[in-house]
Amino acid sequence: MSATQPEPAVAAAPTANPLFPFVLQLADTSLILAHRLSEWCGHGPVLEQDLALANIALDLLGEARSYYQYAAELEGRGRTEDDLAYLRSAVEYRNPLLVEQPNGDFAYTIVRQFLFDNFHYQLLKGLKDGPDTQLAAIAEKSLKEAAYHLKWSSEWMIRLGDGTPESRQRLDKAIATLWRFSGELTTPTAAETNLQELGLVPDYAALLPAMQAHTAHVLAEATVPVPEGVFAQQGGKSGRHSEHLGYLLTELQYMQRTYPGLTW
Amino acid sequence: METLAQDLTPEAQFQARIDADIRIEPKDWMPEAYRKTLIRQISQHAHSELVGMLPEGNWITRAPSLKRKSILLAKVQDEAGHGLYLYSAAETLGTSRDQMLADLHSGKAKYSSIFNYPTLSWADMGCVGWLVDGAAILNQVPLCRTSYGPYARAMVRVCKEESFHQRQGFEVMQTLCEGSVAQKEMAQESLNRWWWPTLMMFGPADDASPNTEQSMKWRIKRFTNDELRQKFVDMMVPQADFLGLTVPDEKVKWNEARQAYDFGEVNWEEFWAVVKGNGMCNHERLQARVQAHEEGAWVREAASAHAAKHAAREAVAA
Repeated sequence: MSATQPEPAVAAAPTANPLFPFVLQLADTSLILAHRLSEWCGHGPVLEQDLALANIALDLLGEARSYYQYAAELEGRGRTEDDLAYLRSAVEYRNPLLVEQPNGDFAYTIVRQFLFDNFHYQLLKGLKDGPDTQLAAIAEKSLKEAAYHLKWSSEWMIRLGDGTPESRQRLDKAIATLWRFSGELTTPTAAETNLQELGLVPDYAALLPAMQAHTAHVLAEATVPVPEGVFAQQGGKSGRHSEHLGYLLTELQYMQRTYPGLTW
Repeated sequence: METLAQDLTPEAQFQARIDADIRIEPKDWMPEAYRKTLIRQISQHAHSELVGMLPEGNWITRAPSLKRKSILLAKVQDEAGHGLYLYSAAETLGTSRDQMLADLHSGKAKYSSIFNYPTLSWADMGCVGWLVDGAAILNQVPLCRTSYGPYARAMVRVCKEESFHQRQGFEVMQTLCEGSVAQKEMAQESLNRWWWPTLMMFGPADDASPNTEQSMKWRIKRFTNDELRQKFVDMMVPQADFLGLTVPDEKVKWNEARQAYDFGEVNWEEFWAVVKGNGMCNHERLQARVQAHEEGAWVREAASAHAAKHAAREAVAA
């Protein structure tokens, strides 16, 4: 069940390359999730998982930088990766709602990560075989990392679901809260549909069977029923965000906004 | 006449090995006091890595560029890694990570006092790398040759990464000092706050350091606190000059006769106050660690419970 995508809050600036807004969307998505994961640094439930969370954050941050650099090149207006990350407002950000959701407890972080990883992994598999060589190269590099992320979050879904009554209760609550943000990942915006028709972006409908099969497998191991008929909350990819993103960007952009135009 | 090794007491044999610079390994006999001293020192070091993640972690979400964010996050992650090697090294002496963490959380075990100072500006990410890691390296490089094998080997890896961190910190400072007036002021203000606390990282003056003599004899320690403090000042004053920054000590002056810098007296009252828990962030740092541990309890329990269920199912299937 998915609602249609709302109109963009702010029209994207006209640009010659139709891939630009999509690459920017990928960049925003990886950056915002990396930022959320980095908030765990020093506060993880056990040292090994602190390391794992930071590791995933670093992978996503590296991936985001590759996309921002490529987006800047596609745009060709002299903006840098930092201009794109630090000097755009919340309504200009194009990440899906899922990744901006707060960390909550470890179960929230795991469910958010699992939903993202399951999509991300399949998306990168599609992009790596795509016709745009630069995007294919970034996808190929990131795919190895994404495979590890998906393994990590899947294992934790299983541990928490089939762990203790408390972990199960927390996991159920996180699923009930976050599952509604998963639909947006595979619902194309008008811009994405356009790119899919041009053959530049994989058809999301074609990614779904593999994603659903993996979800069914992991949740069965976790002894958790697969949620059904969940409403798909949407808007992030069109710049209509939850209230959380504004605070995140306030922190992320603090230095660049306070001291404009300097080198760090 | 040469004394045969077997005629010596275990203590004398042990000291003979130390004197010959032969490493002590986990299964070797060692005096109980040596074991205790090492557990205290290594666990304190591990705790410092763990708590040390917090002041820098404080700026990960506000780092001024994507490159700096990535470097800082990687650095803090390295510290978590150092914590892991060091807890493992301490475990070879017969303690457990749970026990060490319990001692940290109860306040029984200490960690480096430097982390009880707040990080208030981006320039602090420069000073922590440049000065704090710089001081840590001076303390730690001799530990690569310390008498206890697992600790020495862990330190080789730690030191390599620390010197990388120190260069990154210096580079943050250099970028600020080559930047705008506001950036240079930010750098100077940060140096003003971190200079004296980093001098305190070498510990009390030699005449007030009761553990030094025994630790030197066991070759756990290879230089005294004051020797290392002098080395640090001699290394850092020219670097501050190079950056165009002023060390906040009017008594800093090159002494031709000593071929070293003279410098002022550390405020030992402040040193002991922070050691005793009254620094700006003692409460917050410990609280953050206790909270992470307590809030993580259900996660650790879930992982053990799942592992047990999984093992039981495997056993039935077999």
